[in-house]
Amino acid sequence: MSPEAYLILSAIIFSIGAMGVMLRRNAIVAFMSVELMLNAGNLAFVSASNTWGNLTGQVSAFFVMVIAACEVVIGLAIIVTIFRSRRSASVDEPSLLRW
Amino acid sequence: MNLSLPQAEALVLQSASGLFSLTWILIALPLLGAFLILTFGKQLKKVAPYLAILLSGASFIFGFTLFLQMLSQPETERGFLVPVYTWISSGALNVSFGLQLDQLSMAFVLLITFVGTMIHIYSLGYMEHDENRGRFFGFLNLFVAAMLLLVLADNYLLLYVGWEGVGLASYLLIGFWQKKPSAATAAKKAFVVNRVGDFGLSLAIMTMFLAFGTFTFSAVNAGIQNAQDWVALTIGLLLLLAAAGKSAQFPLQSWLLDAMEGPTPVSALIHAATMVTAGVYLIVRSATIFNASEAARNAVIIVGAISLLAGAIIGAAKEDIKKSLAGSTMSQIGFMVVAAGLGPVGYVFAILHLITHGFFKAVLFLGAGSVMHATNDNVNMRRYGGLSKLMVFTFGTFLIGYLAIIGIPPFAGFYSKEYILEAAFSHSIWVGLITLFGAGLTAFYMTRMVIWTFLTPARWEEGVHPHESPKTMTFPMIVLALGSAVIGFALTYNHIFEHWLEPVTGFEEPQAPISITALTTIALSVVAAGVLLAIYRYRSVDRETPQNVTVLTKAARQDLYGDLANETLLMKPGQVLTRKLVTIDEKAIDGTFTGLAKATWAASRLLRQTSTGYVRSYAAYIVGGILLIMFLLLIARL
Amino acid sequence: MNLILLALVATSFIGALLVPLTNKYFKWNPKITAISIALITLALSLVIGVNFDRSSSSLTQFDFKVNWIDVFGISFHIGVTGIGLVLVLLTAVLTPIVLWADFHAAVKRPVLYSSLILLLTGSANLIFLARDLFLFYVFFEAMLIPVFFLIGIYGGVNRSKAAMKFLLYGLAGGLAMLAAIVALTLIATSQLQRSTFDIATLSQSISLTSTQEFWLFVGFFIAFAIKAPMVPLHTWLPDVAQEATPGTSTMLIGILDKIGTFGMIALVLPLFPNTSAQLAPGIIALAVISVIYGAILAIGQKEMRRLFAYTSISHFGFIVMGIFAFTTVGIAGATLYMVAHGLSTAALFLVAGHLIKQRETSLIANYGGLTKVAPVMAGLFLMAALSALALPGMAGFVSEFMVLTGVYQRYQLAAIIATLGIILAAIYMLWLYQRVFTGPENEKSGLIKDLDKKEVWPLVPVFALLIVFGFWPQPVLQTIEKSVENVMQQVSAQDPDPFFAVENKEQN
Repeated sequence: MSPEAYLILSAIIFSIGAMGVMLRRNAIVAFMSVELMLNAGNLAFVSASNTWGNLTGQVSAFFVMVIAACEVVIGLAIIVTIFRSRRSASVDEPSLLRW
Repeated sequence: MNLSLPQAEALVLQSASGLFSLTWILIALPLLGAFLILTFGKQLKKVAPYLAILLSGASFIFGFTLFLQMLSQPETERGFLVPVYTWISSGALNVSFGLQLDQLSMAFVLLITFVGTMIHIYSLGYMEHDENRGRFFGFLNLFVAAMLLLVLADNYLLLYVGWEGVGLASYLLIGFWQKKPSAATAAKKAFVVNRVGDFGLSLAIMTMFLAFGTFTFSAVNAGIQNAQDWVALTIGLLLLLAAAGKSAQFPLQSWLLDAMEGPTPVSALIHAATMVTAGVYLIVRSATIFNASEAARNAVIIVGAISLLAGAIIGAAKEDIKKSLAGSTMSQIGFMVVAAGLGPVGYVFAILHLITHGFFKAVLFLGAGSVMHATNDNVNMRRYGGLSKLMVFTFGTFLIGYLAIIGIPPFAGFYSKEYILEAAFSHSIWVGLITLFGAGLTAFYMTRMVIWTFLTPARWEEGVHPHESPKTMTFPMIVLALGSAVIGFALTYNHIFEHWLEPVTGFEEPQAPISITALTTIALSVVAAGVLLAIYRYRSVDRETPQNVTVLTKAARQDLYGDLANETLLMKPGQVLTRKLVTIDEKAIDGTFTGLAKATWAASRLLRQTSTGYVRSYAAYIVGGILLIMFLLLIARL
Repeated sequence: MNLILLALVATSFIGALLVPLTNKYFKWNPKITAISIALITLALSLVIGVNFDRSSSSLTQFDFKVNWIDVFGISFHIGVTGIGLVLVLLTAVLTPIVLWADFHAAVKRPVLYSSLILLLTGSANLIFLARDLFLFYVFFEAMLIPVFFLIGIYGGVNRSKAAMKFLLYGLAGGLAMLAAIVALTLIATSQLQRSTFDIATLSQSISLTSTQEFWLFVGFFIAFAIKAPMVPLHTWLPDVAQEATPGTSTMLIGILDKIGTFGMIALVLPLFPNTSAQLAPGIIALAVISVIYGAILAIGQKEMRRLFAYTSISHFGFIVMGIFAFTTVGIAGATLYMVAHGLSTAALFLVAGHLIKQRETSLIANYGGLTKVAPVMAGLFLMAALSALALPGMAGFVSEFMVLTGVYQRYQLAAIIATLGIILAAIYMLWLYQRVFTGPENEKSGLIKDLDKKEVWPLVPVFALLIVFGFWPQPVLQTIEKSVENVMQQVSAQDPDPFFAVENKEQN
């Protein structure tokens, strides 16, 4: 089976995710877009694993999932906290990452 | 082990035994005094002066004992080496803390401790009301110790320690009345000018090490015989620079007149009798070096001759009694330096004059101090006059000192100066004439001083009631005056002193082109002319300084523009250089490095504009960066 | 394997931890704890000093070595050379005095302060003892940290700027040295087929091409020339000296800066003997410039502590001259100079510190005529000044004379110019004394309190040592004798013979 189609799909999903992160202001949406990018990566891993008949890719995919889950837990908590204090979930509002 | 000095095959330096191995006690006694007094000043406040006198006197008594012991030795076995311990030892450099007690240093030991003790006693009265007199006596003891180290050291480096030690004592004592800015400035000036001399001494010692690998007197004396001419010349000139600094000879004379800011006993002891003559000691001690280089000797004569005349001229124009005496000191040391520059003919007489000068100049200074004591510390001779009847002892002793310095037989100066004239004439007619002229000038300015101070009608300031000084002051004056009266005759009778020093310095009979009697007659006539001229010229004295005077007098009042020359040639350019360098250091050097830091800062200000703080733009940077990398990778693959 | 050196080093580091811990849990007085620890260090170094075999010509003694990072051939290797021992002793003597003096000046946050000082002592000791290049480097850099805080927390008004300047200069020098170290070990690895940082091995079994040697030399020398400030890399020192507490300045100039000159002797000469020999005339010239330039700048200063800093720059010029003269007398003199300069710096900064603390200004123009109100202070200050201008009878004289003589044996002109420094030294020191202590009293002079016994006592050992070494420098000179011989061998230099040898020069 050729992985080509899977990889193209993965690239498309990744691009959508990246665009989402860059273009959407809402933190939740940006966050979901990150998940999308991670899943695109997972798709690439799994398809590659299938192609080479090697389990490493699948294992990596599991790692990514676990990390994604962790990220969701922490990230959502942060977003909720920011939302509580600022009444907004826009990522542009708190430009506190500035020097 | 015995070492023989080459220039005087007779002298044998032997390792000391018995009493002589304790020579270091001479130095240790006053040093102990200085240490105790300066460290425990408060606790010892009452006894400090007596302790200082006691220890200085003990040093004299011990020195005299050693002298008697030395007399009992055969004439050729009077030089002793007293190694105390290894001072510095590193690689080829081996310096022992060793003393050399021979006839020359013995003469100095006696002079220093005797005059030193007398002046300690004098200070008891003179400094009676000074609140810091404990410290004063501590410094005096320190001086005596350092001066003894200077004359007893067996190598040049240890001599240097004493050399600088007396410089320190001189610095401390000139600036003793520190609240006077002029005193503090004078002290610093003396030290700095002396350092210029030290520059010469340091380099001389280093050159000795370079040439011979050592710098003990005996080794250098031995080595100079085999060395090329430039060695003796170089070392000789450097030693001359050192001597000029310490002995206030041209061109380093400027500090001595300012040094008169110090208390008068200090001027008497340090700046007349002992320390300033150290330069003469240095030259005579290095006799072999100067023997080996005629050019160096000539330089010595020239320096001495210039100082001789300049000092006398300054002395003749000053109205400050101490400054006038200081000019006289410079001039008299000029005599000694000229004598030392004459070579073996003159070494002995240089030292002879040094000793007689030590006595009579001390008397003159102590007399001046006594007069100042009586006139509320006034130093202006135009405010004196008529003191001869009120201060009998002071006048009497001053008169003896006066007769001694101008060279009237049988007083001390007559003998020493006569011999120097003889030696000078046997060198060349010019040197002879200069010294003769100097003798005349001496008679002139000293007569002027005596007339102005003691004989003319009183011109005192209001509220001054002159009175004779206390016994603690008159006693040393009387003792030293007696010395000034007899010591010249005593030392030259039967050529005692020449025989005494000959083993160390060598001696040649002077061969003057005219007979001794003729020379003496001429000299005495010149002196008489000087005296008469002064008597004629100073029949009466104004209270105010006349302004319509000759160019020479004006120049002499300004120390012959010595300070002016120093200022324009050294100080002013130095100050400008300093200011320029401070600016350069701040602006150029520090500026370069802080400039680098500032440039970094500016660059970072620019770059941080990219940190907008918006998460989404950061994300865009990431994506952009990844795309860029991928693009580059693609290009690389193509 | 001898543990005493480890004990010496460890005492300071453990002490640095112990002071805050005991203060927190047992309420021990940090001052007493810290001083006791410093005294233990002093005792240990005295034990080492006594047991040091002065006749042995082995490179190091009391070696302690454990493998540290095997892969790179890095070991924790310490051992003491004669020169190192002298500096360890200097550190051990100065630390308790500095602690005492600054405590007496009621420095704020004494717990942190004493920890930092002890850290500094420990690092300095490790550097003087390190026989492994990596170890040397690590502590060469680590030492910046306690000093940074000592300046930055305890200094004067512009302390943070001064601390930053110090740090940046230090890091820049460290970077240059790091690059050189990496390059050196890479070369060593390719030649020996194993990685090593051992100083002895690197100096003996590696052959460098002249280009390699030159660049490596430059890397090391820049680091050390910044630390022992040589013109034109010196401008950090006046700023730091102006801001730091007297104790910090003493440690910094008296000890840390000696790491620069120590590094030149202990690393630069043995590792790069050929380049050192080739560049020696140039470095001597630079050192002479430092001597004169520093002295003239000192004359022009209006601020007391900056003045001291510039005198130190002048003095470091002398030390560097002595080292690169390649004569026994010169190198031994330079080492003695380090000791003398450490002591006289301590004396100057600590005495002046009392003055500055009371009046809260160090502008010279704000003082005048203090002799009358503070005679003890004046006397001690004068002694310190005299030792700084190398008055005979003080330690500075012997060392300065030795350095000049050592240089004069090879480079007469340089020595002559440097000797002019003794005149300048008299000017800057005595003029300072004149402006501060003599003349009419400044209207505020009455406020100055003279030193009391508690303030004088810690200074007594400093002054005593200055005088003792002036008249009897042999304890130091004997200790370093073999060490200096080793250095001379490493650079394969011979002392020049006197032009006209004198027979019988030894007298009994």
